[in-house]
Amino acid sequence: MALFEGLASKLQETIKKMRSKGRVTEKDVKEMMREIRLALLEADVNYKVVKDFVSRISERAVGQEVLESLTPGQQVVKIVYEELIELLGKVPSKVTFAPTPPSIYMLVGLQGAGKTTFAGKLGNYLRKQGKNPLLVACDVYRPAAIKQLQIVGSQLNIPVFTIEGVNKPVQIALEAIMFAKNKQHDVVIIDTAGRLHINEELMEELINIKNAVKPHEILLVVDAMTGQDAVNVADSFNQKLGIDGVVLTKLDGDTRGGAALSVKSVTGKPIKFAGVGEKLNDLEPFYPDRMASRILGMGDVLTLIEKAQEAFDEKKALEMERKLRSQQFTLEDFLEQMQELKKMGPLDQLIEMLPGVSSKLKGNIKVDESKLRKMEAIIRSMTIKERMDPSIINASRRKRIAAGSGTTIQDVNRLLKDFEEMKKMIKAFESMGKHGKKHLGKLKIPF
Amino acid sequence: MILVIQEEYVPLHKIVQRRLVQMGFFDKLKKGLEKTRQGITEKIDQILVSFGKIDEELFEELEEALIASDVGVDTTLRIIDDIKNKVKERKLTSPKDVKELLKEELAKILSSGDSRLHLETTPSVIIVVGVNGVGKTTSIGKIAYNLKKNGKKVLLAAGDTFRAAAIDQLEVWAKRAGVDLIKHAEGSDPAAVVYDAIQAAKSRKVDVLICDTAGRLHTKKNLMEELKKINRIIDRELPNASKETLLVLDATTGQNALSQAKVFREATNVTGIVLTKLDGTAKGGIILAIKSEQDIPVKLIGVGEQIDDLQEFNSREFVEALFSEE
Repeated sequence: MALFEGLASKLQETIKKMRSKGRVTEKDVKEMMREIRLALLEADVNYKVVKDFVSRISERAVGQEVLESLTPGQQVVKIVYEELIELLGKVPSKVTFAPTPPSIYMLVGLQGAGKTTFAGKLGNYLRKQGKNPLLVACDVYRPAAIKQLQIVGSQLNIPVFTIEGVNKPVQIALEAIMFAKNKQHDVVIIDTAGRLHINEELMEELINIKNAVKPHEILLVVDAMTGQDAVNVADSFNQKLGIDGVVLTKLDGDTRGGAALSVKSVTGKPIKFAGVGEKLNDLEPFYPDRMASRILGMGDVLTLIEKAQEAFDEKKALEMERKLRSQQFTLEDFLEQMQELKKMGPLDQLIEMLPGVSSKLKGNIKVDESKLRKMEAIIRSMTIKERMDPSIINASRRKRIAAGSGTTIQDVNRLLKDFEEMKKMIKAFESMGKHGKKHLGKLKIPF
Repeated sequence: MILVIQEEYVPLHKIVQRRLVQMGFFDKLKKGLEKTRQGITEKIDQILVSFGKIDEELFEELEEALIASDVGVDTTLRIIDDIKNKVKERKLTSPKDVKELLKEELAKILSSGDSRLHLETTPSVIIVVGVNGVGKTTSIGKIAYNLKKNGKKVLLAAGDTFRAAAIDQLEVWAKRAGVDLIKHAEGSDPAAVVYDAIQAAKSRKVDVLICDTAGRLHTKKNLMEELKKINRIIDRELPNASKETLLVLDATTGQNALSQAKVFREATNVTGIVLTKLDGTAKGGIILAIKSEQDIPVKLIGVGEQIDDLQEFNSREFVEALFSEE
């Protein structure tokens, strides 16, 4: 997740210049505010929002607390951090449920913001919390939009309600609620057609749906890459519909995501979710404090830990550790470990979350997932016996494995060599633990 | 874009232009860009009226207006600097002159480069790429419709095998435009779809093959590799064909569009930009940044939701429409 990366490194750069100095003059502060202003503008934060933000920070920065501080640079970082949290919303905001079921959620937004994909993700997320969701396809305009939601629903095994041949969204929504009540669905997610906020007719239609079904929450879905116009879009939807929350999508790209700041400050409505990938479980609650940490390059350890906890089976992990230590680590285990890792999501996302890795370095790390898939195919083409004891893999076995996995003999050789290296590495770590520091030689991670 | 009529080459854009005048195209373009115009020019007009003379504060306000239109910090600062220099050079004193200068400056940035589609061979190929949700499939439907209307035989390749129902969506557009479609099952290899489509294009004597691709965030390395593979197949199977790679950008997108242009350009030979969703309130100023920093010409713009709402881009008309007095 490269969110705010650019902004983070820019601010860090500016502050680094300051950190070298013992004292901060008012001129320094002014220079820094200019840098922050430009960085925020480049991050697509709306210029009016930027103005407010910078004036708030500079007011505090020229105040006594910074000028008299022994560590003025850190003071400014702290102020920026605090104000960012303030702007993004102090507490994480969760989706709420209606006192009497079903809880109806209505998704609205521009074309291409990612409503349909988010509908699936939200359904999946709420089902994990023990709910029984129903998806409702109300996008009767875009070709195949209903089919898209139906496919998403079938992938997740969540029912999708629509009425064939009916192109009245209000009617579909109303009948969906009846259906939900009959079938004991306690959550209803209504996917509406994307529309321009200035299209009076279509905005009227949303108001009609709202009045008909009285949704518990109206969620505005916003593409995180949106530019200066984000304030107009969010403001219009909020004025006309009274939204309850915001969902940011496509945060897995390299956008600086200034739209998050803009939308939050213009609507005052909480950002509830962050969409971070194309898989249907790539959805995170939006945590303002973690986001602010990320802005300042502190990494997002909490999210990483949560992901790991969700994906890893503790018993399996303990068993794995025992095997690693006792040198019984086999290719079979290696395969299993790769599966666990895959459950946590794309590797490049995981790396983004690591603290202490500079944003510049992160930009250079390109994880090639196809390599992982290739390794997996090779191991899967081995017999169990071969996986347990790679030393029996002779030339003719290698040939067979390569053919079976659609790779070359060189690929198989490389994998076996890398695996041996890895075992050596583990051994080195082990002995390091036992005998204190020792020269490790060149460590190589197999991918 | 060249069209063969009775063995005489007539530039297609001339024919299109004539037809468009009949259709009231320019009214439509103006109407579509109304919001854009309101965005940039009304603000600038306000600024200019409120200032009696040219001073630093005026430039600051202009800078803000450009940034508010998504032009981006770097490009804005460059434009403002140029204008400042020219004001000095020409010893201008009236804020009104600044508007003419700004117009001149914007037109200069947008006008360089070739903004026509080159589809000289039979078959020619158009590959349409972009991030998720920018309007690739819709744009393809509209491009196909325009080409068909001008007598071209068009074939579509459903290369977005990833997103749920993307193939069905393209199929609807193929029917609307009245053109054929080559498709495989969802989840199949897009390169194989393109390969089949090329063979079909050859045997059916198709003029233009348009390939859809899955939306991909430009940061996903393996998806960008997939684009390269599709390109390799086209280059191998149709080595001498005219090839356009059109990057579709959403006008609502902010500075990230620059990064999109940069990375897609590294992966494929992007020959032009299709700027969609200009009928909203987004100012589309990002094309100025892209043109001046990446030098990719804008070739088509989307100004509405109807099938004929995709227009050839003409920088002069675009700037004129932006500054139209009506």
